[in-house]
Amino acid sequence: MSTVTSDTPLIAIVGNPNSGKTTLFNLLTGMKQKVANYPGVTVEKKIGECYSQHGKKLRLIDLPGAYSLNARSPDEAVLRDVLLGRRPETPRPDRVVCVVDSSNLERNLYLVSQVLELGLPTVLVLNMTDLAAQREWRIDAAKLSERLGVTVVLTQAVSGQGLIELKLALSRDDLPLPKWQSAVLPEGVRTALEQSRGPLCQTGAIHSRASLLEPLYLLSDHDPTHYGIADTQIGRIQELRGRIDAAFPGWEDQLVAERYRGIEELCGEVLQRPELEAENITTKIDRILLHPVLGMANLLLVMSLLFYLIFKVAEGPMDWIETGFGQLGAWVEGMMAAGDFRDLVVNGAIPGVSGVLIFLPQILILFFFIGIMEDTGYMSRLAFIMDWAMSKVGLNGKSFLPFLSSYACAVPGVMAARTIENPKDRLITILVAPLASCSARLPVYSLLIGVLFPAGKVGAWVQAGIMLSLYALGTGAAFVFAWIFNRHVMKGASSPMILEMPDYKMPSLRTILLHVWQRAKMFIVRAGTIILGISILIWAASTYPKSDTEDKALQLENSFAGRAGKFIEPAIAPLGYDWKIGIGLIGSFAAREVFNSTMSVVYAVESEDDENLEPLRDKLSAERYADGRTVYTPLVCISLLVFYVFAMQCMSTIAIVKRETGSWGWALFQLGYMTGTAYVLSLLIFQTGSALGY
Amino acid sequence: MSAATLAELPVGTDAIVDSMPTGRSGLTRLREMGIVPGTRIRVTRRAPLGEPIEICVRGSHLSMRNHEAAFIAIRSATSA
Repeated sequence: MSTVTSDTPLIAIVGNPNSGKTTLFNLLTGMKQKVANYPGVTVEKKIGECYSQHGKKLRLIDLPGAYSLNARSPDEAVLRDVLLGRRPETPRPDRVVCVVDSSNLERNLYLVSQVLELGLPTVLVLNMTDLAAQREWRIDAAKLSERLGVTVVLTQAVSGQGLIELKLALSRDDLPLPKWQSAVLPEGVRTALEQSRGPLCQTGAIHSRASLLEPLYLLSDHDPTHYGIADTQIGRIQELRGRIDAAFPGWEDQLVAERYRGIEELCGEVLQRPELEAENITTKIDRILLHPVLGMANLLLVMSLLFYLIFKVAEGPMDWIETGFGQLGAWVEGMMAAGDFRDLVVNGAIPGVSGVLIFLPQILILFFFIGIMEDTGYMSRLAFIMDWAMSKVGLNGKSFLPFLSSYACAVPGVMAARTIENPKDRLITILVAPLASCSARLPVYSLLIGVLFPAGKVGAWVQAGIMLSLYALGTGAAFVFAWIFNRHVMKGASSPMILEMPDYKMPSLRTILLHVWQRAKMFIVRAGTIILGISILIWAASTYPKSDTEDKALQLENSFAGRAGKFIEPAIAPLGYDWKIGIGLIGSFAAREVFNSTMSVVYAVESEDDENLEPLRDKLSAERYADGRTVYTPLVCISLLVFYVFAMQCMSTIAIVKRETGSWGWALFQLGYMTGTAYVLSLLIFQTGSALGY
Repeated sequence: MSAATLAELPVGTDAIVDSMPTGRSGLTRLREMGIVPGTRIRVTRRAPLGEPIEICVRGSHLSMRNHEAAFIAIRSATSA
């Protein structure tokens, strides 16, 4: 943002999920917005600016969608804290725009009733008026405005209708203060909250000037992570809450019922709807898309399309990126004098940048696809259909898509886990997603299966069968680990799955494209830098110290990476691997498919063509120890294949997991449990197999 | 009064929410989404394997699992 001055008012946009809030925000601010994260939590903070109808600059903040100020997730905690002015890095908004889905007025008014009580000047936006009209709902906006005491504006964010009226309302200096109160706190509870104010002030949880609403929402915090509340204050808050709970059992639920009583009364005055809900388009579509057979068939179709897009369509641009950077490297090599610096640029930096950008086609496609599914409302249906299966391992239907995407690449898969609101489910999904066999494992599988069963000796179906069982192994393991993490590792009870099934609507292309762009930018800036850094490190490890030899294999053997391969040989020998395989394993940390190119260097295989595995495969098959034993016995191949199914050998995934979980802790935990499992299983396979004489 | 719950309500039938246990945070969220005692509610669909269920309340469609639905006691909408 250019200038942050006190005379540009900060306007918060709040509303339920699916209320069209973000589309409206994008419409107002256009590209003039900045996306960051609230510190310490993966909740997006979007701030933008626009000019009012009178040319006055306004700052807008798009707050996370929520159903209530009684936080149940970090998203809702952020909303509560910003609106109460509890966040040090975000000033308390001066005004509020409350966006409401008109076709779902009654439920949306719940959050509105809480927000109005905050006493900030508020504009109520009745959005999606077209959907309400479709349902034959008639809303008396004038009456609503009169009863709530706030300005009411009608909009259709998708088409932009009502935008000028909204800007006019925002331009008003004398925006009225809300006067409606849906529910009055019972006297006893009010007194109890008053009394809790003192102790809360002492721990620093609230200011002495804070209104009664602040203790109210702190005491009714249901966010399992208690985001926005300091650890030192939790104990005190829970103690105070226990006291109120004991004195007034069910006080929170009573308050909810009171609010809805007020809302019902209000709706009785302002909302006319048909006695019998007419069958709308959503019901008709759902009859097909949620049909036991047709719905499943459609889901398979949609997922096949997604797979086709991220596997096949992305392949072209990924090739261009690779070839383009390859040519750039060759060009730079010709332009610069030979030396370490040229080597760093040509073999370290350029492939590193290429290794970051190579993910972009898949990320762009996946997020565009997800954007369409979310914006149309199909995402909820997908979760609805898949929920039963996912619930068996303690996850919910929303984990399905991120996991599925991880078969292409875990990086976009992990990023897609943001669509899961429940922090525990989200974390477990991120932790198990890389067990899905991603496309980077495919070349390694192909190579080793080729060594294991040379083509011609067995039918192609045997090779395919092995390939399929490797995919099944990874998938099965992901479910087992999800179950274990859910039961034994994560603290906190699973919150119930409550999913809203919004009406279908036309997607807003503008919102989707903006979102895709923001995600891509975030990936490049935040994960890309880590990936680039590690690429250069790996380059250095396989380049230094320099040997006086033209022999690349010998050079690699003497490098740090080669020495590391030898160093870890005692550890990997029980798995059946020699130090050369060790180098391959270390190289794979950059990306799994690097195994193939590293082994080509190790065995000095001259191959102009990356796609052609035959020379390398033959070399591996022919490789012998000094005493004449075969190195790549079938048992070693199987042990190695299993290692590749399980091991976390992808720095890009580690970088993105660090980024998405906000800590190195979980990224390292994942590295440990996956690689540990890989080691133990490969060890068991090789040792048992050897003992049995294979 | 019969001890019928939302989990047992046949698809396409209306009912009135009779009572819900208090003090459980998961159910508090359901209340906040509009399911409070006295509300008219309808099961619109069941997923093929019996779970989750889709309900319609106050004009909005929500889905939940039987586990939660079983806590919501209902009474007949006609005799009310």
